[in-house]
Amino acid sequence: MANQHIQTKLVQIGNRSEHITGAVNPPIYLSTAYRHEGIGLSTGYDYTRTKNPTRALLEESFAKLEEGDQAFACSSGMAAIQLVLSLFQKNDELLSFNDLYGGTYRLFNQYEKSYGIKTSYVKVNDYNGLEDAITEKTKAIYIETPTNPLMIETDIEKVAHIAKKHHLLFIVDNTFLTPYLQKPIVDGADIVIHSATKYIGGHNDVLAGFVVAKGQEICEQLAANHNAAGAVLSPLDSWLLIRGLKTLALRMEAHQNNAKQVVEFLNNRPEVTDVLYPSRGGMVSFRLAKEEWVDPFLRSLKLITFAESLGGVESFITYPATQTHADIPLQTRMKNGVDNRLLRFSVGIEHIEDLKADLDHALAALSKGASVR
Amino acid sequence: MSKKNYGFETKLISQDCYIDSKTGAVNPPVYYSSTFHQGQFDSFGPFDYTRSGNPTRKVLEETIAELEGGVQGFAFASGMAAISSAFMLLSSGDHVIISEDVYGGTFRMVTKVLTKFQIQHTFVDMTDLDAVAGAFRPNTKVVYVETPSNPLLHITDIRGVVKLAKAHNCLVYIDNTFMTPLHQRPLELGADIVLHSATKFLAGHSDVVAGLAVVKDEKLADQLYFIQNSFGAVLGIPDCWALHRGMKTLSVRMKQSSESAQVIAEFLQNHPLVEEVFYPGLATHAGHEIHLGQATSAGAVLSFRLPNKDIAKAFVENLEIPAFAVSLGAVESILSYPATMSHAAMRQKEREKRGITDGLLRLSVGLENCEDLVADLAQALEIAERAVGAGTVAARTVGRFI
Repeated sequence: MANQHIQTKLVQIGNRSEHITGAVNPPIYLSTAYRHEGIGLSTGYDYTRTKNPTRALLEESFAKLEEGDQAFACSSGMAAIQLVLSLFQKNDELLSFNDLYGGTYRLFNQYEKSYGIKTSYVKVNDYNGLEDAITEKTKAIYIETPTNPLMIETDIEKVAHIAKKHHLLFIVDNTFLTPYLQKPIVDGADIVIHSATKYIGGHNDVLAGFVVAKGQEICEQLAANHNAAGAVLSPLDSWLLIRGLKTLALRMEAHQNNAKQVVEFLNNRPEVTDVLYPSRGGMVSFRLAKEEWVDPFLRSLKLITFAESLGGVESFITYPATQTHADIPLQTRMKNGVDNRLLRFSVGIEHIEDLKADLDHALAALSKGASVR
Repeated sequence: MSKKNYGFETKLISQDCYIDSKTGAVNPPVYYSSTFHQGQFDSFGPFDYTRSGNPTRKVLEETIAELEGGVQGFAFASGMAAISSAFMLLSSGDHVIISEDVYGGTFRMVTKVLTKFQIQHTFVDMTDLDAVAGAFRPNTKVVYVETPSNPLLHITDIRGVVKLAKAHNCLVYIDNTFMTPLHQRPLELGADIVLHSATKFLAGHSDVVAGLAVVKDEKLADQLYFIQNSFGAVLGIPDCWALHRGMKTLSVRMKQSSESAQVIAEFLQNHPLVEEVFYPGLATHAGHEIHLGQATSAGAVLSFRLPNKDIAKAFVENLEIPAFAVSLGAVESILSYPATMSHAAMRQKEREKRGITDGLLRLSVGLENCEDLVADLAQALEIAERAVGAGTVAARTVGRFI
């Protein structure tokens, strides 16, 4: 049974976990406290911040999916990142690539200012530069792959090799590909982070985060900090994530199929200058030919939603310049390629022809407007 | 210590949740599972399919059965689903005797739905036991009682009706929504089935629509279970949980609201603009003595009559605290206008015959500060009085109710 395919593991989450009634779906334990039979006796559950049966089931299942030892469900993706940062102390340093979600960048900045934990940035995939930037204080390498929003894929094994050589923790944000398409721990990472709000939840209805780690010592520290800081995921949201995970494989396949066709479609449009796609997954970024087209384009969309976030069944287009990456200083942002013509497309699982038709009419309106001018 | 010996408040908070033995969870888990593994090929466990039974629903059903002192409880998708399912125990050709001022939704069920199955009915003034006695026919199977009734708070002598019904071999159904088992336990007075719109005081937070039924004996339990499972108007799992959660504070909520209702009833009774107050806690109420003989409190709902529709309108539009809405039994005070709300299903003639005139208002007293409520009622009555006196109706907040 250990060699089951991921599709099987996903749909079977929680099934056969409950033996009292045989419920095929695990119950939601909205109980904050647990009765003890006597002093020193515990069922394994004491207080829900520390451990909750519904959350525990989610965490155990997710750890298996990512092939880590232990998973920690957090109240948001940012709470997950913060949990990982709690492993470090003053004067420790982190290394990262310069294409990063704006929220992560903001948190790293704050950690430098408030706690003296500094992050240095190297150009994405400059592996030599990365190794050269390692100092005595460097404790970890933190990457996203593919990057947000430029969709650059990093060779995880290559970075893992550098990290091992210098005894650094290697942390990978796996939000965009999920364990269905990428398992960083198998490729040598120590810790995987997720904004589970995205593909894991998959329905734009749950805010959640995950930390998955390999190695007893890190897991123990993370467990202690998870409980101490308390940014844990609620039982109800834990249950909703389990429910979302059951269709992860189907959704990722559908996202990816649609995304590939969207890439082909956009590549053939004169209004689009660049299409950025890492060859897998459901995320696509593209640049319109003119910055002044961005607003009318977004306004013309009838099906695709102009919104911040990604990974849900509904198609979303995000404008990183004013949304996800607004907290990155203009100069840095432009230098990194997150310019004002860039749009990020979380391709949903609608019918591809409907998505193309929506893009088609919104793009056509731009060139028509241009020719009139 | 047996659960039976606990006081009512303790039973509400009961942690006797057989499904938590594994974790010790002090709150019952929410079992969102439509189906259940069966451990053995030829002998199924207590749960197989959630329509037929669900662990979370079972906790709720056992709790209400315990509170009402019955053998089994049943949770339904609404109060009307509970009432309809109980009526489905009848067959074509059977006859029901029913309170004439019954809730409008029950009136509609009896007159528009049961008639389709040739189930007959007679409306009687249930406060008049002679009238009840005269309504029995050879095919009468059920006497259906609301006490206090909605919206005029008429009191039926439950023991008296039970005695007549038993003599005719009939079942007695009691809608106990207004009293809840905290204040009145009809099964202990001889009734056979207790029905609740649990949307009201039992849930108590204006957030769950639900119905509950409790039966007195095993035979009826089997029959009603057959209907519950066959019709399938069962309560959804999260609503079972939310209702169970609401019931934990039933006693404190109900006591507070009832206390305020008594104060408000007395205030209204002494107000010159109010023609009549209907509240069994008033010594002047015709059913006062009977009510106190079968219930421990007059409850949190009262009705009162203003001279006419214009005054009622001015009064309602100038109130600041109570929600002007249908429903009752919530943490918020709710003021209803039966003529167009709870009794809209009744024709005007039927309605007025039952005393539900255009000046009648029903107040479900919530948990607000009682002095605030009285002050609000006083100022709105004053404005209504002045406005009508001046021939114009000043409405400060007309838009609020659209």
